[in-house]
Amino acid sequence: MGKQILTFIQKEIRLEWRNRYAINGILLYLVSTVFICYLSFNVRSNVLNPVTWNVLFWVIILFTSVNAVAKSFIQENEGSFLYLYWTHSPATIIVGRTIYNALLMLVLGLMGFLAYALVLGNPVEDVLLFLLVILFGSMGLSFTMTMVSAIASKARNSHTLMAILSFPIVLPVLLVIIKISKNALNGVERSASLDDFIVLAAINALVGAASYLLFPYLWRS
Amino acid sequence: MRKSWWKVLTVIILVYVVVGGLLLDVPRLHILNETIRALYFHVPMWFGMIILLFASVIFSLRYLRTGIKDFDTRAAEFANVGVLFGIFGILTGMLWAQFAWGQWWSGDPQQNGAAIGLLIYLAYFVLRGSLEDDGQKARISAVYNIFAFAALVPLLFILPRMTDSLHPGSGGNPGFNAYDLDSRLRMIFYPAVIGWTLLGVWITSIRIRIRRLSLNQDV
Repeated sequence: MGKQILTFIQKEIRLEWRNRYAINGILLYLVSTVFICYLSFNVRSNVLNPVTWNVLFWVIILFTSVNAVAKSFIQENEGSFLYLYWTHSPATIIVGRTIYNALLMLVLGLMGFLAYALVLGNPVEDVLLFLLVILFGSMGLSFTMTMVSAIASKARNSHTLMAILSFPIVLPVLLVIIKISKNALNGVERSASLDDFIVLAAINALVGAASYLLFPYLWRS
Repeated sequence: MRKSWWKVLTVIILVYVVVGGLLLDVPRLHILNETIRALYFHVPMWFGMIILLFASVIFSLRYLRTGIKDFDTRAAEFANVGVLFGIFGILTGMLWAQFAWGQWWSGDPQQNGAAIGLLIYLAYFVLRGSLEDDGQKARISAVYNIFAFAALVPLLFILPRMTDSLHPGSGGNPGFNAYDLDSRLRMIFYPAVIGWTLLGVWITSIRIRIRRLSLNQDV
């Protein structure tokens, strides 16, 4: 099982690397959104209020992640769907895709943070904690969104559905993330964020378990 | 008549709740005063919503296990009425908040959580609408229903308790908890929860019958 998942993730990464235009597209999307925000606020660096800075960053990441994760099931053609259907167990696919998307979101989050801090300034006082939030946050976003994209891929107008199905579900995760990253911004003592990390891990575990159990039913159709 | 005894019971309980809830004496608590009567109408809406949505999830689970179409009909209708209760919960809550907090919408965590919960279930209906094939509609919406409920639990029960709130029962405000709930309140509150929930089940059962009839007509 573990070995299969590992091979599956390797295959996904290799595929992604071959069609680099897809990931480049998402990266460009991220960077241009950051730039639009920068120009719209019309600020010189470091004058944005930290709360606004924080929320804006996560909203950008949220929208990017909807687009990035939507690739995983929605933009899949019939051939590769059938190939996966016959060659992999549903458990391998959902676990593999979730981990893969978490990695993707981690990369996007880090790149986003770099671009964002470059143009809009970096008011984060505890950078290590902020990076930890990006790590946990990308896991959280991926856990919910992978399953939702699998659900949305079955319906018509799946891109709209992807957004409306995932936004309310992802909100608890997002609220906790924003809360912890606010702590990181203000340089609050790290132990103060421990409870929130536990809640985030608990939500992730809950959602992860639900998608692991439910995905086989979805896959069969 | 033998099968409809619980409907008679519902009517009796609700008459008792409405009359008793508006007329009987209530404890005088600071700030809350007479608005504490919202406990008989607003809080049971949430209890009813959670119970009905939970029933909906149970039927979704049973649909996934058995594949019997009727379970899907029931799950959808329970969700429908659950959302109706949620909307009434929000409306009665807003009415109460207007008197107790001075604003219809004051960004309270509990209020926001409720609104997000409704968004989740409205998305469920949009999902149902955009699936064409009947079998697929039933299966995929069942999967989303269970998944959404799993996400709703932290939203409604964990997150509001972690933040400070003006809502009764949290942050040291008087209201619904084991110490404040006076026996006079209990005498009406518990029947109110049962009565309103039974009313929800009643509405649901009628809607299920309508849906079954219209399904049979199509065949």
